[in-house]
Amino acid sequence: MTLNPATQSVFSDHRSPARGGTTRWKSGAGPAVLPLPAASSTPKVSLKDISLTYKGNNGSRLLALDSINLQVKTGEFLCIVGPSGCGKSTLLHLIAGLQQPSHGHVLVDDKLVDGPGTDRILIFQELGLFPWLTVAQNVEFGMKMNHVPKPERQEKIRYYLRLVHLSQFQNNYIHQLSGGMRQRVALARALATEPDVLLMDEPFAALDAQTRDLLHDELERIWAETGRTIIFVTHNVREAVRLGDRVAVFTFRPGRVKREYDIDLPRPRHLEDVTVAKSAREILDDLREEINRSLEAEYGFEVRP
Amino acid sequence: MKKFARHAIFYVGLVAVWALLAKLKIWPPYVFPTPWGVLEALVAGFKDHSFWIAIAISMKRMLLGYALSVFLGMILGLGVASNKFLEETMGGLLVSLQSLPSICWLPLAVLWFGLTEKAILFVVVMGSLLSVTIAMETGRHQIPKIYKMAGRNLGARRFRLFWHVLLPASLPYIVSGLKQGWAFAWRSLISGEMIFVSLGLGQLLMMGRDLNDMSLVIAVMILIIAIGYIVDGLVFKTIERHLQQKWGLSPAT
Ligand SMILES: Nc1ncnc2c1ncn2[C@@H]1O[C@H](COP(=O)(O)OP(=O)(O)OP(=O)(O)O)[C@@H](O)[C@H]1O
Ligand SMILES: [Mg+2]
Repeated sequence: MTLNPATQSVFSDHRSPARGGTTRWKSGAGPAVLPLPAASSTPKVSLKDISLTYKGNNGSRLLALDSINLQVKTGEFLCIVGPSGCGKSTLLHLIAGLQQPSHGHVLVDDKLVDGPGTDRILIFQELGLFPWLTVAQNVEFGMKMNHVPKPERQEKIRYYLRLVHLSQFQNNYIHQLSGGMRQRVALARALATEPDVLLMDEPFAALDAQTRDLLHDELERIWAETGRTIIFVTHNVREAVRLGDRVAVFTFRPGRVKREYDIDLPRPRHLEDVTVAKSAREILDDLREEINRSLEAEYGFEVRP
Repeated sequence: MKKFARHAIFYVGLVAVWALLAKLKIWPPYVFPTPWGVLEALVAGFKDHSFWIAIAISMKRMLLGYALSVFLGMILGLGVASNKFLEETMGGLLVSLQSLPSICWLPLAVLWFGLTEKAILFVVVMGSLLSVTIAMETGRHQIPKIYKMAGRNLGARRFRLFWHVLLPASLPYIVSGLKQGWAFAWRSLISGEMIFVSLGLGQLLMMGRDLNDMSLVIAVMILIIAIGYIVDGLVFKTIERHLQQKWGLSPAT
């Protein structure tokens, strides 16, 4: 279970009775039908000793990420939590190939990443939806760039817009949508390209609780059905425990992997589960230290829990 | 409607003051024309087709020169924006060149092309080329980085990235550059035609001067303003409104 010296498997004993029905979940007592062969030895995404320094225009340097070593298995759901400004978005940009590390390298399927590729799709924190396209055209964009034939595109647009409950808004422009609706468009746009690796940067931050719960379920279902690898950044530790196979806690400036937690709770999970809450509390205690450090750095005082 | 009423009141008042001053006969009519005299000149000008011909000739030059400068400006702007070295050196040169009134190119144009249509076209092109070029160049730089990243992330490369992402993203800047280019081209054309006599509205204006016909002068001036206003108000305002209402895009000015 413990792959990494930093890995601390603390939640193996929090098994709640399985919620029945589902057979595809990875853990729990039932027949564990894995979406993909688990034996694949090479990790899907491998971060080798990644460091990244931002250079300010006045000669200042900021070490945003420092010697990050992380391995993500094929079909794994990794969640990353950390205080604001610890380099989570930067890390996803590196994996997406939109930025290059100052040191170390990113491997996907054992191949060096040196640019963007449609095997990895990032849902940006700022979304980056195109205002000159309608909702449907935004969803279509990635497929169009990858020469997916038109009838197939139409079908997928319909499917993914229904998935995010936006079918009725397909002909709207982005500025006519609410923040939560925009997040869902971005989700649909990324899912429609059907990448191997889905990189998600706080994709559910602006959603109301009900929509978020629904999308958690949908995302989990898609993940289980398609065997995608997901790297999911969030501020919300509970969300991380709800979704992740593993949660990595990052330190604040420089961003390092502080600790990794294997989440062995049976699926399907729910945000309100006591077991989820309990695991989240433990991780949060760990994270709070870093949040305090970040607040201290930003505001010059220390906040006691 | 209320806005229209306010405008109507203002212009009626303006003409009334003008009529009153003219009625007082402080200045002779060849210095200060009457509103009805100007109206007569307008009607007469359209009736004997001289205005129509002048408008047609000026518009033809305008469209030709403008189309040419938009085409060249876009290529030049993209070229400059695509290269760091060019951008630094040429970009600076372009901005400083823009402070030169385009009519200053006329002597050069006459020496190069003689007293031909080409010389006038050259002045028109020089009037708007820089606006278009600079707008293209700044457009490429002002567009939020996220669009380019999102486009690359979703698999757009090279030409498709340019065509499907960078170009639409910089559209608000391009449109404002085209608009400014049009205004500059129009000014350049009229000044060119005034100095270098060869039909067109500018020449009509000078003819009014030669004939001591102040009413004609004012009538042609009104015509020049009207055409500029119509193009700006109808063509460019419509495009800008479209960009803003449909896409929610506006250049961050
Ligand atoms: N383009 C840049 N130039 C300089 N510094 C940057 C740049 N982008 C990010 N940074 C700095 O790098 C650090 C990490 O930024 P990043 O956006 O990755 O943080 P984050 O963990 O995603 O934060 P949040 O949770 O608030 O989104 C921050 O301190 C930020 O100030
Ligand atoms: Mg971020």
